[in-house]
Amino acid sequence: MTPFTYARARDAGDAVRLVALADASYLGGGTNLVDLMRETVARPAALVDVTGLSSAIEARPDGSILIGAAARNTAVAEHHAVRQRFPLLSRAIVSGASAQIRNMATVGGNILQRTRCTYFYDNEGSRCNKREPGQGCDAIGGFNRMHAVLGASSACIATHPSDMCVALAALGAIVHLQGAGGARSLPLTGLHRLPEDHPERDTELAPGELITAIELPPLPFATRSAYRKVRDRSSYAFALVSVAAALDVDGGIVRDVRLALGGVAHKPWRAWKAEGTLKGQPASIDSFRAAAAAELADATAQSGNGFKIGLAQRTMVAVLQGLAGREDQP
Amino acid sequence: MPTISINGSEHTLPPDPRVSLLDFLREHLHLSGTKVGCNQGACGACTILADGERILSCLALAVQYEGRAITTVEGLAADGQLHPLQQAFIEHDGFQCGYCTPGQICSAIGMAAELKRGVPSHVTDDLAASEIAPSHDEIRERMSGNLCRCGAHNGIVAAINEQLAAAAQEAP
Repeated sequence: MTPFTYARARDAGDAVRLVALADASYLGGGTNLVDLMRETVARPAALVDVTGLSSAIEARPDGSILIGAAARNTAVAEHHAVRQRFPLLSRAIVSGASAQIRNMATVGGNILQRTRCTYFYDNEGSRCNKREPGQGCDAIGGFNRMHAVLGASSACIATHPSDMCVALAALGAIVHLQGAGGARSLPLTGLHRLPEDHPERDTELAPGELITAIELPPLPFATRSAYRKVRDRSSYAFALVSVAAALDVDGGIVRDVRLALGGVAHKPWRAWKAEGTLKGQPASIDSFRAAAAAELADATAQSGNGFKIGLAQRTMVAVLQGLAGREDQP
Repeated sequence: MPTISINGSEHTLPPDPRVSLLDFLREHLHLSGTKVGCNQGACGACTILADGERILSCLALAVQYEGRAITTVEGLAADGQLHPLQQAFIEHDGFQCGYCTPGQICSAIGMAAELKRGVPSHVTDDLAASEIAPSHDEIRERMSGNLCRCGAHNGIVAAINEQLAAAAQEAP
């Protein structure tokens, strides 16, 4: 690791002020940043520890939940109101990482974790536009089994690794921010970027801006929701493809639906096209297949990940079938 | 001076914030029970307990744990008696080379506390359940962050299973 200074923030205003003083990074549980610093992929001159900021989880009477950004992943997954109102979020969190890491990692840090593309990590042996802008991308044409099939660019085909964020995208979560210029909020789906020509920028955050809280708006039909993760081993592995979904069926017709995909893009991928295709249609396997096909219609395969295009569709159909209480095979 | 409690003793934290909790334990305090495996959060060999919660000491900066109470494998035996889980690992052959064992045992102690307060896992069927039975599948899933390259997992799960059952019988 390169040398750095360390300070603990007392509150959000203090954190924003301390970060502005130096070339500083916010530090949460450290499960990603400490690893990146050890590999010298990240070389902050200063760390501002924000784990002492709000970690409160507030279940409000209107059905919404407000989660302080310093809440640990385990604390969110085990919270009774999260399990009851938004079970897909608990499911997504406990399908990610290991119990030790979930005990350390904060919600804010989970959102801002960086890709696990092996070329991004390979500081000395590989070219990576996310690590060194303009250098080139060795994942394109390389070992890209884990990489993106949606929204990738000729500069970057990395995926966002979070499971939690896929559920947050489906739920329409709002991210509360604090910056030098004041507070604002963004939908989670508008926080992460597609790579385009600037894959070094993962998010739309302004320099020094801090995530202070996540708000889950009321969504009564999310009590019928699921998270399914497809991976190379049954535990402690990143997703090849994952699907977060909530389904509202009335009289055999899809009244409303939320769908998001993980493991397929540079950001947690809200499946707006599939949702639009499905609303008002019969809750049948044919409708589910058509919706999944619409979402993946623009998918592009790399040399080693073409299987994800079919896998994502079959997983979407299987999850929707399960939520609709149907057992026909996808 | 900022301090940290390790197995009940207060220690002064190192001035360099780069020192991981793992290196602090092993290189500064010479508590070499906690092991360095991958040093990148993939193997679980460095698992310790911070205020009773299992964490990876390799990904923890020591300075972040100021004022916290850390328990390592050296802090488990009391009055010359092994922790019951240590004894169970011996009886069930829960190791071969022993390198992952301190992490396995600390992890299992943290896991027992998580089970007791009803933290769900990836294989928990009913999220609404307040009590989760420690089935074979639950234990395997909850211990998936601790790798054993000798392949002693069957003995490890058997040892944990026995100790959870014994603890459940003792509890009122």
